[in-house]
Amino acid sequence: MSGPLLQVQDLSVTFDVAHRGSWPWTEPHKLQAVKQASILLEPGRTLGLVGESGSGKSTLARAIVGTVPVSAGRVLWRGADIAQMDASERRAHGRHVQMVFQDPLDALNPRMTVGQIVAEPLLTHMPDLSKAQVRTKVGAMMERVGLLPALVNRYPHEFSGGQCQRIGIARALITEPELVVCDEPVSALDVSVQAQVVNLLQDLQREMGLALMFIAHDLSVVRHISHRIAVMYLGRIVETAGAAELITNPRHPYTRALIASVPIPSPKAERARPRPVLQGELPSPMAPPSGCVFRTRCPIAQPDCAEASPPLTDLGQDHLVACPHHAEP
Amino acid sequence: MFATKSVADDLAGSAPIKGRSLWADARARFFRNRAAVAGLIVLIAVAAFAVIGPFIAPWNNEDIDWNVLGNVAEGGRPSLETGHWFGTDALGRDLFARTVQGTQISLLVGIVGALISVIVGTLYGAVAGYFGGRIDNVMMRIVDVLMSIPYMFVLILLLVVFGRSLFMLFVGIGLISWLDMARIARGQTLTLKGKAYIEAARATGVRPFTIILRHIIPNLLGVVIVYATLLVPSMIIYESFISFLGLGVQEPLTSWGALINDGAAEMTNGTLWMLTWPLFFFVITLFGFFFVGDGLRDALDPKDR
Repeated sequence: MSGPLLQVQDLSVTFDVAHRGSWPWTEPHKLQAVKQASILLEPGRTLGLVGESGSGKSTLARAIVGTVPVSAGRVLWRGADIAQMDASERRAHGRHVQMVFQDPLDALNPRMTVGQIVAEPLLTHMPDLSKAQVRTKVGAMMERVGLLPALVNRYPHEFSGGQCQRIGIARALITEPELVVCDEPVSALDVSVQAQVVNLLQDLQREMGLALMFIAHDLSVVRHISHRIAVMYLGRIVETAGAAELITNPRHPYTRALIASVPIPSPKAERARPRPVLQGELPSPMAPPSGCVFRTRCPIAQPDCAEASPPLTDLGQDHLVACPHHAEP
Repeated sequence: MFATKSVADDLAGSAPIKGRSLWADARARFFRNRAAVAGLIVLIAVAAFAVIGPFIAPWNNEDIDWNVLGNVAEGGRPSLETGHWFGTDALGRDLFARTVQGTQISLLVGIVGALISVIVGTLYGAVAGYFGGRIDNVMMRIVDVLMSIPYMFVLILLLVVFGRSLFMLFVGIGLISWLDMARIARGQTLTLKGKAYIEAARATGVRPFTIILRHIIPNLLGVVIVYATLLVPSMIIYESFISFLGLGVQEPLTSWGALINDGAAEMTNGTLWMLTWPLFFFVITLFGFFFVGDGLRDALDPKDR
């Protein structure tokens, strides 16, 4: 395949937050959820996106899917700018990019049967299909995600969390999209079920040649499924590299702290290793620190970190890091 | 091992299993609630009374029984022999037939008012809540303005200016009944809007009005139905109040309010049945609606999922 599937260039998303009890005409606060994020995704590959709560992972995903307005920058789908599309082209574009959500039960309409839920994207994008064709496709898709097709007339509340997530995946895949954005698809599930869902996603990716964007705050899950990982902090992408490279050779102090926080399933080894624990809380995205946003919690912060926001610099092998002091210990 | 495999194959091959929808669950819960079922039975009985009444009444509601006129307190009392089961009114008309007629009108007013409110109010509120922003602001300020007008005053003015007619009564009730419903529907829509399945539909490219009809309205309907069943009695009360003031439906039509008004005027003459019969139907219907509304609220409570 030629060229990247999805290209995000300097994307920023800003929300207006009104002052409490203010007049309607006073200027609202600006909340920078995502600032100048750039992403490249090839067909059939997986990009992992990690970061703590409030780092803008979900907002970035929603901007790509198109449910959140982009304030600056561009989202290019096979080279075409999504912002240039009119309403009907945009709706048609929805066929290629689908989304899987965090809370599986919240993502399914409780008043619809599973069959109706899975069929909804089909009815939207292929209205000419006959009822029998829709039924066959829905049945086949349910089987593919590991659900009995006989359950089409059941309602979401009759399923377990893992099954609901499979229904969500079936709905996302029924139009044979090229990109599926998974917003923390396994965070709400049991560990054993997590593995099943992650493996299901990997199998489906192999079968259908999907590109995945996989968001999680759990590095071990992301490492398992991703080809490439991007680390986000307070709306900025601070480091991105191939999955193995990022895990074995993290350069940004935040990435190091994240990796150190992944528990090792052996108490002895866990106690023996040094753990640089981050102090403090995530700063408010309404008033981010000047310069490098991580400097308030950074173990290797220097005076010059407060001056300018460090750009992503290439260390070779597609390993980009936004920290000029990354070489220091 | 083989046993489970064959069971799984059986399951996979079998015909689709019928699911239990939330509606079916709610229905089961409703019918377990004794008071609600009793209320429903009363309502069905009152409705049957309104529908079948005209065919079994021995007297027409417009005919005056000249035998009792002038001696209503004695000859007009309820009895099986004269055929005036509920007695007669002050003019010698059969009260059974009059009550049937009043029941028809009052139920009609209540149900039409509730229907207008359900259809207009729900759609209006869902649209305002779903689109949000400036559209929401404008639409809800319109509701606020309409609400700030004392509706009883408007209703009375309407009936005085355009003449007293059943149609005008419907117009007046229709104008005010949907306002509260619009607010309720909007509030519910705002909470539903944040649900991931709405976002999934938007991301897929479903049209906004399809989302409202397919995802929002069915999830609103529980609250709306409960509110509508409680709205029917309040509509009946409004109408009765207007009729009690002498501005409601016009003779020879009648309603519970008008009958109660007539009966109350004769209270001192020893003809208490003129008041008690319409009042009895009025009260049991209101209780019926309140119990059913209560039962529906318990049955449809989303927290009970």
